[in-house]
Amino acid sequence: MAEAHSPLEQFRIRSLVDIELGGIDASFTNSSLMMVIAVVLTGTFLMVGMRHRALVPGRWQSMAELSYEFVANLIRETVGTEGRPYFPIIFTLFMFIFFGNMIGMLPYSFTFTSHIIVTFGMAIVVFVAVTVLGFVKHGLHFFSFFVPPGAPIGLWPLLIPIEIISYLSRPISLSVRLFANMLAGHTLLKVFAGFVVALGVGGVLPLAFIVALTGLEMLIAFLQAYVFAILTCLYINDALHLH
Amino acid sequence: MNEGRPPPPLEDLDSRLRAAKARGKPRGGAKGGGQPGSANQGLGFALRIGVDLVAALAVGVGLGLLIDEALGTRPWFMVVFFFLGAVAGMLNVYRTVSGIGHGVGYKPAERAPREDEAEKTAGTEKAPPEGDDESGGRK
Repeated sequence: MAEAHSPLEQFRIRSLVDIELGGIDASFTNSSLMMVIAVVLTGTFLMVGMRHRALVPGRWQSMAELSYEFVANLIRETVGTEGRPYFPIIFTLFMFIFFGNMIGMLPYSFTFTSHIIVTFGMAIVVFVAVTVLGFVKHGLHFFSFFVPPGAPIGLWPLLIPIEIISYLSRPISLSVRLFANMLAGHTLLKVFAGFVVALGVGGVLPLAFIVALTGLEMLIAFLQAYVFAILTCLYINDALHLH
Repeated sequence: MNEGRPPPPLEDLDSRLRAAKARGKPRGGAKGGGQPGSANQGLGFALRIGVDLVAALAVGVGLGLLIDEALGTRPWFMVVFFFLGAVAGMLNVYRTVSGIGHGVGYKPAERAPREDEAEKTAGTEKAPPEGDDESGGRK
């Protein structure tokens, strides 16, 4: 870490195990490591937490149940009971992003959600899945999605491209939102951390600010996972109930 | 952990079960966008809007450039789609804020009861749009 003074240094991808598959660099990087840790932590959190299956839950089991119920309620409120089959994907996404964001809050760790390719990968999976779901549920009637009901036919050439752009912007906004929030937050933390050293005694002020900002970042970490999950729900809702 | 606290009496389990079942009924959902129920939802809601505006614009410009690339009409489609993208972005924000669906479509999220919605999609191919007068007023 000797040369690493740039606030952006924390986002550097380092290859831990070099793997090359057919000319593609598929190395196991620090990002991959953090993802594996997130998955393992999530699995541990849920499986060990639910190990006793007590009728009166202990602390850990309460937390596991709380996270389950949180996502279940989210789906019930946004999609209704038809959304039940999609619980696994939404819960997985939520926990993965949440743990990824939270792991990133630890010093010397790496926030994999601060890389757009990661968030975009998840967003495009959601987008393609929702589109396929719409086609499966409604067939070609799905295209009526792009025509606002009651619009005069003369306006269709104008409205349909707008609706299509609006639809295509979903994965972009979904991924950029998460990535930008994580990137900006962590960069801000590092920048202010730099001020602490530079200002000497006066560095108490930025230090206090960092403490507050860390709290805010924790909130953002949760909120972004929440927003990602709720938007996935809303997209599924849109695909299930065309207007 | 739950030191000495007696478990909730099983007598009211029935009523709680009924309440839970009632909650599970398909009802006018999709309140996530329109009425932020808690502080969390409100903030999550606010975080959503800014990106929506820009993302549609970026998609519009990107799409325009792609079409230009294919047809060899360099600036024209990009210009047109820039404006379409800007409109789509504003539409996104407008829809999120006013709680009409959450992206594409004009379905009023709060007003349309979900039961009708389910029947419409299951039964008739194309029901007459109920939101006609409303969308007319919105233009």
